Amino acid sequence: MKKYLALLLALAMVFALAACANNGGNSTPSEAPSEAPVETPSEAPSEAPVETPSEAPAENPAEGATAAFKLGGTGPLTGPAAIYGTAARNGAQIAVDEINALGGIQFELNYQDDTHDAEKAVTAYNTLKDWGMQLSLGSVTSKPCEATAAKNFEDRIFALTPSASSTAVTEGKDNVFQMCFMDPNQGSASAQYIFDQGLASKVAVIWKNDDVYSKGIRDTFVSKAAELGLEVVSETTFADGNDSDFNVQLTEAKNAGADLVFLPMYYTPASLILSQADTMGYAPKWFGVDGMDGILTLEGFDTALAEGVMLLTPFNADAEDAKTQAFVEKYQAQYGEVPNQFAADAYDCVYAYAQALEAAGATPDMSAADLCDAMIAQFTSMTFDGLTGESMTWGADGAVTKAPKGMVIQDGAYVGM
Amino acid sequence: MKRLSKQSRANFLTYGGVILVYVLLQLYNSQVGLSSMIQGLLIPICAYVTMALALNLVVGVSGELSLGHAGFMSVGAFSGTAAAIALQEVIPAAPLRLAVAMVIGAAFAALAGFVIGIPVLRLNGDYLAIVTLAFGEIIKSILNNLYVGFDARGFHFSFLADTVSDRLAEGGKLLIGGPMGISRIPIISTFTAGVVLVLVSLVIIFNLVNSRAGRAIMAARDNRIAAESVGINVTKYKMIAFVISAALAGAAGSLYTMSLSTIVANKFDFNTSILILVFVVLGGMGNMWGAILSATFLTLLPELLRTFNLDQYRMLVYAVVLIIVMIVTNNPLLQRTAEDLAERFHRKKPAQAGEGGQSHE
Repeated sequence: MKKYLALLLALAMVFALAACANNGGNSTPSEAPSEAPVETPSEAPSEAPVETPSEAPAENPAEGATAAFKLGGTGPLTGPAAIYGTAARNGAQIAVDEINALGGIQFELNYQDDTHDAEKAVTAYNTLKDWGMQLSLGSVTSKPCEATAAKNFEDRIFALTPSASSTAVTEGKDNVFQMCFMDPNQGSASAQYIFDQGLASKVAVIWKNDDVYSKGIRDTFVSKAAELGLEVVSETTFADGNDSDFNVQLTEAKNAGADLVFLPMYYTPASLILSQADTMGYAPKWFGVDGMDGILTLEGFDTALAEGVMLLTPFNADAEDAKTQAFVEKYQAQYGEVPNQFAADAYDCVYAYAQALEAAGATPDMSAADLCDAMIAQFTSMTFDGLTGESMTWGADGAVTKAPKGMVIQDGAYVGM
Repeated sequence: MKRLSKQSRANFLTYGGVILVYVLLQLYNSQVGLSSMIQGLLIPICAYVTMALALNLVVGVSGELSLGHAGFMSVGAFSGTAAAIALQEVIPAAPLRLAVAMVIGAAFAALAGFVIGIPVLRLNGDYLAIVTLAFGEIIKSILNNLYVGFDARGFHFSFLADTVSDRLAEGGKLLIGGPMGISRIPIISTFTAGVVLVLVSLVIIFNLVNSRAGRAIMAARDNRIAAESVGINVTKYKMIAFVISAALAGAAGSLYTMSLSTIVANKFDFNTSILILVFVVLGGMGNMWGAILSATFLTLLPELLRTFNLDQYRMLVYAVVLIIVMIVTNNPLLQRTAEDLAERFHRKKPAQAGEGGQSHE
């Protein structure tokens, strides 16, 4: 009897795993990256001259390791967090294709799946090391990146993570840099913004207490708010498993008389909070963080509910500038969806690398350790303009300095505040 | 050699096999060099092998289905790692610190196993399985809300909200940060320590199984009423197996965590418990050789597929292979063939049959 139960459970897990693998397979068609170089020349207006350089990168990797910089990264390409990993990989792939097409610096990109797990991330990192990775894109999510960043530091391979935002990622490591805001910076920047703009006097915070990202932002938000004299009247939490009903949290915020609710979380629970608040007739100001990005493209979500939601985010797919529009267009053509900030961060990472390598005069035959020293010198001194911010600079601690953009949702689109 | 019983000969073969693999790997590494991927996997494999052995003691030998073993692993992981960080100045030698941390992790896990065992072992069968599952989740929840800090004045604890950070004196460290788990863990686990842990587990389990207590445990498994009728205290003997298993799981957890630089309680969820159960079921319940082989094989498999550029379909292939292996190893015809083969070759029965079954895949 027990044996059968055990077998049954084992099979249940097998099917769950199979289902995960299927999801990953569907959302990331394996042909997409390899098709990309083929499509580019046919779309280009002038035929013959353009084709020559765009064919070059396809041949270069085959010739040997010396022709291209080996750029590796890990991220969740399967599993529940796959949306972030695939976005980052796709964004980086677009940047690599673009840069390779220019004919100067050449990259070879290798993204390995870490299923949002520290152990798998280390294995994925080691696989990349065996492959001969010279420059690393770290990991996409925070906890796995803490594990791989320790390895980066040990092996002297430079890392620039697109989106791992916790402080432990860069702390005590001179060769790990971030493209995104650190969690604490987001919290204090949000409090500062709310205070400076005079958006509210009484604030409620709803946060997810088993999530590093949410907790990191909430902690600094609350301490900054106390410093500024912003009154936090209600603080309520939720966790994995009880993230579908927010009536208790909302009622408490309402009874405490909060006129602004701060939501440091990803967009899925945020969308439920917005619709449940609407049902109970509670209409405070809403303020989110970069995890809120993506709420407008969520399937089955009535964007009218998000009307007036404010958020600080480094990237906005509806921005008017040519760079963003070109990127969004290309991303949609290749992957059939609107890119989120993870894709933009990864795209920026590759361009930042290109700029730093160019400035340092680095060549692909340099060892990873030499490149690491050159990159540390470059990143602490250079200024970079990308999709996610103008004139970004990095401190020696690896944290990026860029101005967060305040956005407000109007008529189903982000508008700068 | 001749005086040894068949059972102890099989046991010594198991010890010898583990040591042989260790020596061969070390030789290969010094002469040719293992790839970084394999090197990185060695310690997790040792931890999973120990977990599989520990669970095999409960599922195979004691005959109770536990679905919460990842919970004990996490208790050991968190307590052992926190101790290792706190003891950094007191014990500068890393191997000794690792050993102390594993003992502390094992002790805490054993305590958790004892506390949980009191209500749980009064149940049996499917009820027991479901209650252990619940306890695994409870442990995860507790660790997700636990904050532990350490400074010159000693340890500080808080629950649900982090009040520890404010109370810490100058130079103090937040060891366990609730949902953030433990960060910046010094990596002190080594493959050698992992192999030693596997050997220690094997010695403990084999000696327990061959002892008076072990026979009582198996008697209680085979027929509880008959065992009680001859005066065996069933709950006591089941408790012995359960607590030892929890302790080994705790030590494995410490080893595992200190090979990574970060850990969160969510890692040790229901899926991890089931993963370990799969190792045990695939290896054959009660068969320690099988548990070692299946834990190694199933941990390596998805990562090896990565090197064959099957990474898109890695988990799919893993699932398919798992189903095929389960079907094949449970096929009566093949089992009989394997047994016949084993009969023909010198009648080395249990250990060799398990090995023969494996090599078919």
